[in-house]
Amino acid sequence: MSVYAAIVLRELRRAWSTGGLALPVVFFLLVAILFPFAVGPDAALLGRIAPGVIWAAALLAALLPVERLVAPDLESGVLDQLAVRGLPDAGVAAAKVAGHWLGFAPALLAATVIASGLLQLPGEALAPLLIALLIGTPGLAALGVATAALVAGLRGAGALAGLVMLPFAVPLLIFGATAGQPGALKLLGAVSLLLVAGCPFVAGAAVRMGRG
Amino acid sequence: MFEGLDLALAPGEAALVTGPNGAGKSSLIRIAAGLLAPAAGSVTGEGARALMAEVPALDPELSLGAALRFWSGIDGRRMAVGEALAAVNLADLAPVPVRMLSTGQRRRAALARVVASAAPVWLLDEPANGLDTGSVALLEGLIARHRAAGGIALVATHLPIALPQARMVAL
Repeated sequence: MSVYAAIVLRELRRAWSTGGLALPVVFFLLVAILFPFAVGPDAALLGRIAPGVIWAAALLAALLPVERLVAPDLESGVLDQLAVRGLPDAGVAAAKVAGHWLGFAPALLAATVIASGLLQLPGEALAPLLIALLIGTPGLAALGVATAALVAGLRGAGALAGLVMLPFAVPLLIFGATAGQPGALKLLGAVSLLLVAGCPFVAGAAVRMGRG
Repeated sequence: MFEGLDLALAPGEAALVTGPNGAGKSSLIRIAAGLLAPAAGSVTGEGARALMAEVPALDPELSLGAALRFWSGIDGRRMAVGEALAAVNLADLAPVPVRMLSTGQRRRAALARVVASAAPVWLLDEPANGLDTGSVALLEGLIARHRAAGGIALVATHLPIALPQARMVAL
């Protein structure tokens, strides 16, 4: 177990130390700042579209770290060294998902509080939005790691990552942005759980295929 | 690439894999490490394996000591790093970030990880690449010590490495 904990901690350390997390968070805030300029200062309108804007911004921000999640470890031989030590690729991917989420989610939630102010989100709508993000971000992190493993080593990996990842993130977006409606939160949880359970195996298989 | 290869190594034995570029030396090492599946045939082995590949797999932003401790922590041998660094003459460089190290120093750092792992089976892919003559002698000494302690070494190289009584495998 401590082996996986070491991988999770390494992911967290690398996420913060190489500045890989600051960029998505700043990007997320920037999208939130752009919307009032584009839509106008109508507080009621902004408040109504705020959850959707924040979810779309979160999705786009989640794309940015994808390139540093798997490809550097593939190139530097870290994944090979872990495999030589008998660790299953899917297990390593699961640890990466956990490490990525532990870094990404708190930063995103903190930024959401700021963004909700910029978008005039009604105060009573903030808590449901944060809960929805808390439930949805594990799925988003898992999807990010699986996408990273699929596109690792390809030319134009960053652009390709968007095409691979965003369609699968649509259910998260739909149930996340309508989290106030009955049942949406449960469906969001179901989608997130499905991604968390399945994506490590997809990522592990992609890494294994990449070695051949 | 190669076929009809039959190789069995007992404790204390070593094999030296030689051949021209592209003959499949690295592929053989990766197959032995379990990273590649052989197109036909099988690989069996007992005991943990330690791989020294072309790439160092050490986080460049960490100090050399910390980067090696990550791996020895996974191997459950955190304490072995200092001794292994001393064995490859890098003890003084432990606080230096990995990105500041030269090619040869990085190769020796990768060798230190193999030493620290205490795995009975060493799989070394071009271990002499980038090493000066003194360091090659150090490498030969470390392999000899490993074999004397009952270890196995499979070494792929295009540079001359002295391995007494090693099986020669020419691809």
